[in-house]
Parts: sequence; structure tokens; C-alpha cells
Amino acid sequence: MKRVEITRVQELIYELKIEQVMTKRIVTVTPDTSMAELREQLRINRISGTPVVENGRMVGIISLEDLIKSLSEGDMESPVSDRMTRDVYTISTHESAIAAVKIFSKTGVGRLPVVNEDGNLVGIITRGDITHGLLKAIEKDYHAEEISRYRASHIFEDIISDHTSLLLRYDVRPRDFDRGGEASSKIKRALTRLGGNPQITRRVAIAVYEAEINIIIHTDRGGEIMAEINPERVRIVALDDGPGIADIAQAMQPGFSTASEWAREMGFGAGVGLNNIQKCADKMDLQSTLGGGTRLQIIIYLQPDGK
Amino acid sequence: MKLSEVISIVDGALITANADLDMDISSACGADLMSDVLTHARSGAVLLTGLTNPQVVRTAEMAEIVAIVFVRGKRPPLETILLAEEKGIPLVTTKSTMFKACGCLFQAGMNSCDV
Repeated sequence: MKRVEITRVQELIYELKIEQVMTKRIVTVTPDTSMAELREQLRINRISGTPVVENGRMVGIISLEDLIKSLSEGDMESPVSDRMTRDVYTISTHESAIAAVKIFSKTGVGRLPVVNEDGNLVGIITRGDITHGLLKAIEKDYHAEEISRYRASHIFEDIISDHTSLLLRYDVRPRDFDRGGEASSKIKRALTRLGGNPQITRRVAIAVYEAEINIIIHTDRGGEIMAEINPERVRIVALDDGPGIADIAQAMQPGFSTASEWAREMGFGAGVGLNNIQKCADKMDLQSTLGGGTRLQIIIYLQPDGK
Repeated sequence: MKLSEVISIVDGALITANADLDMDISSACGADLMSDVLTHARSGAVLLTGLTNPQVVRTAEMAEIVAIVFVRGKRPPLETILLAEEKGIPLVTTKSTMFKACGCLFQAGMNSCDV
């Protein structure tokens, strides 16, 4: 069974540590700060709440909501200690962002004081900090992907030889429909990374996929797919030592097929695969002897103007 | 046509996570023969099919089919759903027959994959 794929954002929210996303510059007030002074602090610092600290120890937390209650009751002179929340949820620096998200959704609090191993207050974290941290991390990821794509597309300029080519080889197992298409998928991805023209990449992917399916459907021992890529063209060789083709001209006729019922149920084996490969390829060469295996070679030029 | 419109026209239900409902779908093709899809489908199309095995998703990947609708109320096996989510191809299921689902889309102005 395959692992359930999780999105990059889900991954990041587990990877990011609280200390990476928290706000380190903390504004604090003391228990005897008046609500009127608190209002000024919140306004000047453009924040919606702050920890209450006495002699270096955090004793509570006070928020905009508490201030609004004070305002509506016309009581702005009483000290923060009268209105603060004393049972404060905290979170430690080395926990992951997901821990904070869980506390936010479980308790409904809007901010969490962050404490280090010694229990000292070192920061504060809000939902906004987490969103901001995630966006920054995604941006970093995006740049990394851009860079690796850039490097891949310049591989042929970076490595100098008289004839540079990239050789990719994939084993194809017989009757293994579940993994069918993996080779073509990877070759498609490689060409995309190398900056290949999308239409041409699509032709390569379709041709390789049909060749891969042929090996899965028709052989007993499987085979191999090789893609040799250089800046001008990709050469695909699909090789197997399977049963071989009795009559190549007949096999090339649209609709002619020797595929089993099993392959047809999967949506293949209708006798158009080889024609489809020929349509996608710029050059195609098929050699086979009954009992001696099959070798299919196709060439697709990678520049839109042909050669 | 947007994916959300396609789903509503075929009276379907989305079965994959994180689909972009605003995704643009340029044309449609209906087929149970994957080689036909590989030969004729246009890039950016939605595929309507009665087959539910993972090769349908592979075929979509190679042919740059952007969404798949399973007709006659078929629900694909888990492997198909997982592969589709990995490849970012939304899957939809509808109780309609192939004929009806294709007909409704055509009537709503969806382009065919004719060459």
C-alpha cells in the first residue's frame, strides 16, 4: 500500500519550529499597568494583546478583547491584573508550528507566549505569525525548485564534452500494471526539468508510455526502457527478450492485436499502440524475431523546428 | 469552462482532495480505450471514462488530461485516487451514463477533442 501523500504545506507546518516563526520583539506590561496605559501600548505597537510580566515572571496575558470590555464598562483606570487571564497556555521554542495550531483551535486563544527550556518568556506567537512563516518557507522552497530547474536546464552547457548525453534506464516488470507508466512519468519529468518544449515532451511521454505498456502486456520476463537525451534529440530504446513479433507489418496494422482479455480490460491492447508510437516519433525502428525478443528504437527531436 | 462548472453540468461529485475548482478545462473526450485517449486527446482536456484503474491516471498524466470524470456511478480504487492526488489530477464521479454526461457537456458548449 502506498503512503498517503501529504501536501508541502502540511509537511512544513510539522517541520517549522515555533522559534522560527514567533515574534521575538515582545512588548510586555506589568500587573499594575492601567487599562488606559494598556490601550496606548497596544495602539503604539499595533498589537492585539500582550503578556503581563512581574519581576521577570509571566503572570498572565491581556488582550484587545479584555480592553474592549473595560471600555464598554467605562472602567479604564483599573489595573491590568484585574482583567487579565491568569491561566495562560504557553508553548516552547522547540515545538513545531502544528502544536500551536492545535492549541489555537482547541482553546480559541489568539496568541501564545513562547518560553525556552528555562521557562523564560522569549517570544509570542499568533496565527498570523504561522501564516507568515509558512508563506516565507514556501517562497524559499519555490526558489530552491527554480534553482534546481535552472541548473537542470543548463546541465548541457555546464558539462563539456564533444558529445554529452544523459542516459536514463528503467526496468519494466511483466504484468505489473500498477507500476506501469512509472518510467514514462520519470522521463517526462526529466525532460520538463531540462526545459523541454511542452508539446514535444508530451509526444515523448506518450510514445514511451505505449512502449512501456507493450512490455507489461506482452512479455513474460519484462524488459528495459532506455532514454538517451542530448540537446538535439531523445533516443528511446525499449528492449525485451519476450515472445517477439511474428509479423511486424501485421503488428503495425491499426487494430491488429494479440493482447489478452486482461490487457483489454485495462483499456489497452486494442492494436493502436505501435501506430500511436509512430505518430509521436520522428523516427521509429522496430526489430523483432519470434522467440528472440523485440527492440524498438524511436527518435524524437527536441527543437520545435525539427532538426 | 471551469472544473466547478463541469462538475455541476454532469451532476458529479469530487473525490480527490485539494482540487482547484477554478481550473480551466478547454475540451472533453469520452473513451474507455486508453490508447485512443493517448492518440486523440488534447492537452488541457477532461476525460470521461468508465475505467477506474490507475492507468487511467497515468494516461491522463502523459496526455496532459487535467481532470477525469468516472461515469455510471463508478468509484475508483484507492490506488487510483492516491496516484491522482499525487499527480494533481482531480477525479469526479457521476451517476450519469457516458452518453448522457458527454451530451450534457456538449450541450453546455464544451469543445470536443476532434483533431
